[in-house]
Amino acid sequence: MSANQDGTNLLEVRGLTKIFGTLTACDHIDLDIARGEIHALLGENGAGKSTLVKMLFGSLEPNAGEIFWNGQAVRISSPGAAKKLGIGMVFQHFSLFEALTAAENIALSLDDGSPISSIAAKARALSFSYGLPLDPDSLVGDLSVGERQRIEIIRCLLQTPQLIILDEPTSVLTPQEADKLFETLERLRSEGKSILYISHRLEEVKRICDRATVLRHGKVVGHCNPREETASSLARMMVGNEVQAVVRAPVEGIDKAQPLLEIRNLNRKPATPFSIPLKGINLNVRAGEVIGIAGVAGNGQGEFFETVSGEVLQQDAASVRIRGKDAGGLTITGRRLLGAAFVPEERLGHGAAPRMKLSENLLLSRHATDGKAFVGSGGMVKSAAIQAASQRIIEAMDVRKSAPDPEAAALSGGNLQKFIVGRELDRRPSVMVVNQPTWGVDAGAAAHIRQALIELSRSGSAVLVISQDLDELFEISDAIAVMHNGELSRPIPIAEATFERVGLLMGGAEPGHAEHTLETA
Amino acid sequence: MMRLELVKRPQRSMLFSALSPFIAFALTIIAGAVMFALLGVNPLTAFNIYFIEPISQVWQLHELAIKAAPLILIAVGLSVCYKANIWNIGAEGQFILGGIVGSMVPVLFPQFEGPLVLPLMLLLGMVGGAAYAAIPALLKTRFGTNEILTSLMLVYVAQLFLDWLVRGPWRDPQGHGFPQTIQFNDSAVLPELMPDAGRANWGFVFALVAAVLVWILMSRMLKGFEVRVLGSSPRAGRFAGFGLNRMVFFAFLLSGALAGLAGISEVSGAIGQLQPVISPGYGFTAIIVAFLGRLNPLGIVAAGLVLALTYLGGEAVQSALGISDKVARVFQGMLLFFVLGCDTLIHYRIRVIGLALTKPEGVAKLEAAPKLKEAR
Repeated sequence: MSANQDGTNLLEVRGLTKIFGTLTACDHIDLDIARGEIHALLGENGAGKSTLVKMLFGSLEPNAGEIFWNGQAVRISSPGAAKKLGIGMVFQHFSLFEALTAAENIALSLDDGSPISSIAAKARALSFSYGLPLDPDSLVGDLSVGERQRIEIIRCLLQTPQLIILDEPTSVLTPQEADKLFETLERLRSEGKSILYISHRLEEVKRICDRATVLRHGKVVGHCNPREETASSLARMMVGNEVQAVVRAPVEGIDKAQPLLEIRNLNRKPATPFSIPLKGINLNVRAGEVIGIAGVAGNGQGEFFETVSGEVLQQDAASVRIRGKDAGGLTITGRRLLGAAFVPEERLGHGAAPRMKLSENLLLSRHATDGKAFVGSGGMVKSAAIQAASQRIIEAMDVRKSAPDPEAAALSGGNLQKFIVGRELDRRPSVMVVNQPTWGVDAGAAAHIRQALIELSRSGSAVLVISQDLDELFEISDAIAVMHNGELSRPIPIAEATFERVGLLMGGAEPGHAEHTLETA
Repeated sequence: MMRLELVKRPQRSMLFSALSPFIAFALTIIAGAVMFALLGVNPLTAFNIYFIEPISQVWQLHELAIKAAPLILIAVGLSVCYKANIWNIGAEGQFILGGIVGSMVPVLFPQFEGPLVLPLMLLLGMVGGAAYAAIPALLKTRFGTNEILTSLMLVYVAQLFLDWLVRGPWRDPQGHGFPQTIQFNDSAVLPELMPDAGRANWGFVFALVAAVLVWILMSRMLKGFEVRVLGSSPRAGRFAGFGLNRMVFFAFLLSGALAGLAGISEVSGAIGQLQPVISPGYGFTAIIVAFLGRLNPLGIVAAGLVLALTYLGGEAVQSALGISDKVARVFQGMLLFFVLGCDTLIHYRIRVIGLALTKPEGVAKLEAAPKLKEAR
């Protein structure tokens, strides 16, 4: 079909620029994608990867620059136009209706009026030939995240694209599921299709990608062959300088330490048809240790955080104990007063009020615990005291900002996360529970936050970290437990934990039998 | 083919945020001039009668204060509700119930006199307004009903209840069958501030005190912080340990009590008895006052005076020029329209999207047009 199969690249981008107000999100980007290659787009959060991809998929209009498709200059004015050219995209956040079946979801995006049954048949055939097992008649709400991603991929493949864009596809997969995905991608490459693979996971880029384009602050800082690079040389290109490694000192005598956070047979019924019930969770976090909770997104981590934090109360007061006291019936304020601190997953709108100043956001979680320091007689807020305290946190955590006391929404994700974590650390809490401590945070800030959590535990606090990032958990945890479908495995001491073992549990191997299976294997 | 789109501005202009009510007022004047011209009246003459003459003498300023007091009292309470993202539209009903419950003392116990009568009436007025506001709060927290509908519908219940009272059980036996209660005794009448200069009563002082106290509450106190957090990001509020249900009650009870205080002040001050109608829509006009004052209690004082003037001006043009006093309603409506319009343009800018950029859609619409004609 295309005029010249040889010579020209499938896609060429020249000088593509996108400006948002004063921010140049993409600054004269050049990018070539050849036929039949897996091309990695590397960069930290905020480097401009998503903006670039949105311009290629027609959901953003560039301010300047040209796109050539098969050597022809094209304007991609909408996702529909992108699909017509032969560009398909699998998004990081799925756009599926949970109450519909897989086939119905696919039919919605095809809008060619063909009957559901024939779409289901095509989807089934495609899923078998690419090794992506999927039942088109199953309800999306019942499917795991990995299965939902398969729907997105099949939906994309049904439109027979020449170029497939995958945005952080493995962030929601277990290591074993990711292996499956890589096989599929290699198969697509062998058929001559091109793949633009967006990731910040360097190991997998080294493993499957033929070439890489690295972005930093909206500019292309280099093209390379990832197979010839090391993970640390790639990281250096991405970040611009060496990222400090996190140091985790060994702990001794942890067996004798007091458990500061105890969870005893914690159950929770699902609040909505699509939330996960918690089933008989038991866990101790002792003074001086960091326990990590691994798991694929959407296996009950959010529900678990809400019950531990006290945003949702428990019937059984003894199911959550903080510093030896029953806390299951206490509100989040009551649990904070017992010495616990919490950092939720969402920064804007949950951990911080976006339109409020940093100093006011300090008051958000500390109005009760620091009542005397921050709130005077008669309920008057001592604004000088909260401003001084927020300055202290800003300095301690190296929060970069543009105004003395900006609104939370004005900070970048990494800087706001440093402030939110710092706000809790500043209290020196004896129990700290953090959900996704470094989600969407740049590498430098992430290292800072991880080190701070380790230091808090070594000073005698109990730290519980829920994360989807296995590298992170292996870096900071003394033991890792795995959450799957609302159940929690026993914590595996870090010395015995391997990616494979944790990955099996993430995929749903029965908690009690996992060790047994491994021994026999 | 042209399409208009609202695009969020990255930064709000502080200058225009502050200027917005003034720009809105100027636009209202321009639109008002057009309206008067269409009615066949010289706009300058009309404006003189509408806006200048009603406040050119001291006794008229007192009348302005009488009209402004209930507007400010109610709007100050509503500002707390709206900041908390709770939509109490029923202040008119809470105003009426405040008037009724406060009037129980002079109507049912006309012999009871002395310095205790008035404080008791004011207190009962606040209790009555708060209790009536508790109904939508209870329905919302218990059954998840929409407070806009319930609080609004309760207005009509209150109006009819008052109508029934003054025609039935509370009617003055010596009143020649007029639907009204007895005149309150002297100790049940809210005193005038400066009887020699004009009729303005203590209601205006209550309004100013309430505005200052609520301003302190909202800007300096933890409770005000709680209101703002729950109003702007409820999930962050829950994370802070603030209870949304408690806030629904707090906001409704506070605004209900202030509306009730306004009601009993109006009945015992300006009217002196209960009648079938005790409010020219103060409870609804106060919604405009709250927004024109940018939900800031101090701004509300200024906005209350402006809206009070629209009432006086409406009466003035009716008597001087024979134009319907519905003109006042038109002015109030235009003012709200322009305030909300200015606020929208502070947060968003308008982008005109021409045909060239959206060719596929434009083509689709052109194709669709003949089909529509055929269908007709």
